[in-house]
Amino acid sequence: MRMGVVFEGDASGAWNEMFSAPGQPRPIYERLLSDLNAYQPQELRQRSDQLARTFIDRGVTFAHSGEERPFPLDLVPRILGALEWDRLARGIAQRILALEAFLDDVYGAGRIFDEGLMPRATVTSSSYYCRAAFGITPPNGVRIAVAGIDLVRDEHGNFCVLEDNVRIPSGVSYVIENRRAMTQAFSALFSDHRVHPVDGYPSRLFAALLAAAPRKATEPVIVVLSPGVHNAAYFEHVLLARMMGVELVEGRDLVCRSNHVYMRTTNGERAVHVIYRRVDDDWLDPLQFRPDTVIGVAGVVNAARAGNVVISNGIGNGIADDKLIYTYVPEFIRFYLGEKPLLDNVTTYRLDDAEVRAEVLSSLAKYVIKPVDGSGGKGIVIGPQATKAELRALHKAVAAAPRDYIAQRPVALSTHPTFVGDSIAPRHIDLRPFAVNDGDDVWVLPGGLTRVALGEGDLIVNSSRGGGSKDTWVLNDESIPFRGAVPPASARSRRYPPPPRQNDEYAFQQGEQ
Amino acid sequence: MLSRLAESLFWIGRYIERADDTARIVDSYVHRMVEDPFNDESATCRSLFSILGIDVESERLRTAETLQTIVYDAGNPNSIAGALNGAYENARRSRDYISSEMWVALNTTRNELPRREAQARNFGASRYLQYVRERTSLLAGLTDATLSHDEGWRFLVLGRNLERIDMTARLLRGRVVSDENAPDWMAFLRASGAMEAFMRHTREINDANGVAAFLMLDRLFPRSVLYSLNLADECLVEIQPASQRISAGDVARLALARARGTLEFIDPRQLIDQLPELLEMLESTCFRITDAVTDRYFRHEEAVAWSSEEGL
Repeated sequence: MRMGVVFEGDASGAWNEMFSAPGQPRPIYERLLSDLNAYQPQELRQRSDQLARTFIDRGVTFAHSGEERPFPLDLVPRILGALEWDRLARGIAQRILALEAFLDDVYGAGRIFDEGLMPRATVTSSSYYCRAAFGITPPNGVRIAVAGIDLVRDEHGNFCVLEDNVRIPSGVSYVIENRRAMTQAFSALFSDHRVHPVDGYPSRLFAALLAAAPRKATEPVIVVLSPGVHNAAYFEHVLLARMMGVELVEGRDLVCRSNHVYMRTTNGERAVHVIYRRVDDDWLDPLQFRPDTVIGVAGVVNAARAGNVVISNGIGNGIADDKLIYTYVPEFIRFYLGEKPLLDNVTTYRLDDAEVRAEVLSSLAKYVIKPVDGSGGKGIVIGPQATKAELRALHKAVAAAPRDYIAQRPVALSTHPTFVGDSIAPRHIDLRPFAVNDGDDVWVLPGGLTRVALGEGDLIVNSSRGGGSKDTWVLNDESIPFRGAVPPASARSRRYPPPPRQNDEYAFQQGEQ
Repeated sequence: MLSRLAESLFWIGRYIERADDTARIVDSYVHRMVEDPFNDESATCRSLFSILGIDVESERLRTAETLQTIVYDAGNPNSIAGALNGAYENARRSRDYISSEMWVALNTTRNELPRREAQARNFGASRYLQYVRERTSLLAGLTDATLSHDEGWRFLVLGRNLERIDMTARLLRGRVVSDENAPDWMAFLRASGAMEAFMRHTREINDANGVAAFLMLDRLFPRSVLYSLNLADECLVEIQPASQRISAGDVARLALARARGTLEFIDPRQLIDQLPELLEMLESTCFRITDAVTDRYFRHEEAVAWSSEEGL
């Protein structure tokens, strides 16, 4: 008799994505489960090793502490139903439109302060607030061409937003590479499921960047600006530049002259119109930000202000990533869009309110405390898991600088069966969907990056903390209209301007006689 | 195309060719050390170092240490592992331009080298050298078959041919300068990958002048100096911006044309007598072309220096 894979029980108390009760798969996972049961554990081990090997050969890695490492791909995919996905995608799009409106307001009229919804000091006290962003108006109004919205599913199965990433969200290359690797290693699984493809992302991004170009650029030249080979996400920069068919440049390849940006080529200098930058604000322009860096391009911010080049994502977007600002996003949705939020935040407490702060400080062990400007899981203290000494230090830090922290209800992130050792055990996961905004429309890549904390009970999933990822499937359902890879014709036509219409000219001459 | 990218491609071409040529040369010397019982180990090693342009101080040279420096030392850009590393580093910087197949081939080669080195310590260097030659051939093939033959490809091919000219000139000079410690003409032809082609062309393998003429002047053999010069010139012509009726004065092509003219019109029967000056001329030609191409196409901004106002 064949012995299939062993699924270990889930004692975490969190929402299990695959099973509604021990031995009872959710309907959407039934097919996958019976497919996986056909494999012996050692077969799965071989395939898992093969996946890792493919990644190393192809150089699909991220740099961590000076070493190139593959981002471990777990071979049990995560599945999202078409209906659920549709709701998520609409919620994400809504959130991004609200954040766009907020950025436009903050770096413009400041309506939200006048209406008394948010004190101006909340914005000006943020380390991400960027005075240089005033007066830079994007031609098609888009400051967030690309966003990554981090979602978690709570104990009751509801998705809620953990944080917004509208500066330079990364990880989309792993979505594309994970799918490529999975279709090679497990082609049989794909023939049993109708999974939405993910390789349309680069063409969507390209269309959005074209649409963002300065109006006067008739044939816009787009570049991807990378800090260079030592950046953790360099592989992603390469992949996007290659798949969009644009140049991947570093700061030293660009030069600004009279508020125009050029790249140095073998045939002299060539004008650049849209910079999809993967360099943080701080490093982007030594004339505006840190003067001690040569990673960026001196003068690029003034060129953007003069309207000759578009920096995408916009500078100053970080204010929307500030976790204190995050607490206001549901209010933004009501205020700017006049809509009801489709996605909730995780319950969060603002510590600048004295009463709330006193309550939180009196029982720190009950909360998760996050620095407002941290990323990559840095500085997060999970109260229930923290030691007494950690809590004491935290108490001091929060009391001294309450603006720098927020408190959240600890959420038991949902778990998903994951191949660990030679069996399949539940591990905590999150989800980072990626959205592209071309000014007419916010498109959400079906699926996104599911990150998994590989240690038992671990709640922090970041790659820099040894996390892995899962291929994320959105299943097709005929009843829901789906928008795939092909960008709208209006966006495509800008790359290849239509030939002069001879018939029209002919008609005109005829008419003149 | 981006200047930085062009420069990376040029050096990918040079480094891959360097790894290939070095592997061929070392292979012929290794053969000689094994096969010839009267061989002076230290002098042979010294001859190998001088061909590759590496200065050595040690009096007495041993084969194992020599191979360590010339073959396995990844930190030395003139060694095989070092050249492959150099190609890899440049490929990382031009990964959005070169084909995925090329990138994967180079990446897997680099990942595989430590294992091959460990094997070579047990079974001898030959298999390692064989592996390197197979991989560099694969890379050369992928370069030609999977890249568009556009400007970037020309820079790569230009680099490849300059390196090939340089290495052939060095190899010949080793033979000319220290006759008794260099491999005989047979091994020498093998080291240049020209053995079989030469045998088909003529039977007189002991004719030094004939061998030198074949390697320097043959119009059909792709590793001969003249053949590589012609290819390099084609690349330079294609690279320069089109639509100029009057040439802007191309220093690189001038250097190349001089070398080509000299070789085109030399009397092949007297080649061996003029060889020392010719080889010197070729080495300086390669140097001058690299300089001129760098100046014209790869020039970078002068390093940025910030001065504070107080300092003014």
